[in-house]
Amino acid sequence: MSDWVLIICCGFITFLTRFSMIALLKKEMFNDRIREVLSFVPSAIFPAIIFPAIFLDNSGSLQFEDNPKILASIIAVIIGILSKNILATIVGGLSTYWFLIFI
Amino acid sequence: MKSNLTVFFKGVIDVSPLMIPVVPFGLIFGVLAIDIGFSPLETMSMSLIIFGGASQIVLLQLFSGGASSLVIISSVGAVNSRHLLYGAVVSEHLSDLKLIWKIIVSYFLIDQAFARSNEYLKNNNQKNKYFHLIGGGATCWIVWQTTTFFGIILGSAIPEKLGLSFAVPLTFLALLVNDFRKLVNVIVIFISGLVATFGFNLIPYKAYVIVAALVGLFIAMILTKSIKKDE
Repeated sequence: MSDWVLIICCGFITFLTRFSMIALLKKEMFNDRIREVLSFVPSAIFPAIIFPAIFLDNSGSLQFEDNPKILASIIAVIIGILSKNILATIVGGLSTYWFLIFI
Repeated sequence: MKSNLTVFFKGVIDVSPLMIPVVPFGLIFGVLAIDIGFSPLETMSMSLIIFGGASQIVLLQLFSGGASSLVIISSVGAVNSRHLLYGAVVSEHLSDLKLIWKIIVSYFLIDQAFARSNEYLKNNNQKNKYFHLIGGGATCWIVWQTTTFFGIILGSAIPEKLGLSFAVPLTFLALLVNDFRKLVNVIVIFISGLVATFGFNLIPYKAYVIVAALVGLFIAMILTKSIKKDE
């Protein structure tokens, strides 16, 4: 398969996952219970991207020692809880991380 | 009623703080793709056709590791499976739209735009509220294409030491700030995170994202049900 076919297939499947539910689901299919459970979607999905990126090294094994990303993430969470501000959370986490790796 | 343009720019403003970490992410993607051996045209086309940071990074990782096209495509699908849930969440607000608008909104249904527009869609009732999602998505589109372009130009000039890839989990972390104070959400966050971390090597085809999310949702279902019974 050429690179171009691969890129187009990946683009198509990405679009399909975004489009299918919007196209298929109807308003009447939602009740309060489904809505309540779906409100947990961000809490259920984002950690699946966050945790491995923090706790696993490049080879995919757990890394607890000498891992500045853990402390930087904890600081980011504390800033997030206190400020409820998205930008402050990101800037706080990233500057802590740079402080730890450069100093 | 607010004009389409007003709602569009509300989306632009709401999503803007989330664009700062997208900048290093886009640069990293551009640099990595060139490094692996994709042409500048192919790299730019990936951002235009796929328009999904996580999908594109997974594509690069697996491609450079010599994975087959079938594995790459199904992995991209698995990483994208979260969009099925985003679509399910926003679809109730979009069910009256014409097909062409559903297609346009779908192209722009990305993590950041979903996170910001989901609240807006829930709290507003005017007919043109979907312009908020398009505004957020279009903002990210411009940032993503521009930073990909500069990443291609910069090539290997960006030092790996800067650890810019850490901006990726930080962005997703920041998207959850409103959930840190709710007990059920915190439990769901930890369970999903642990399943993903320990399933990373065990669950095939990079499906750990969707497996962790489904476990998390299942736990949320049980917890919210038992809380109701106690009341």
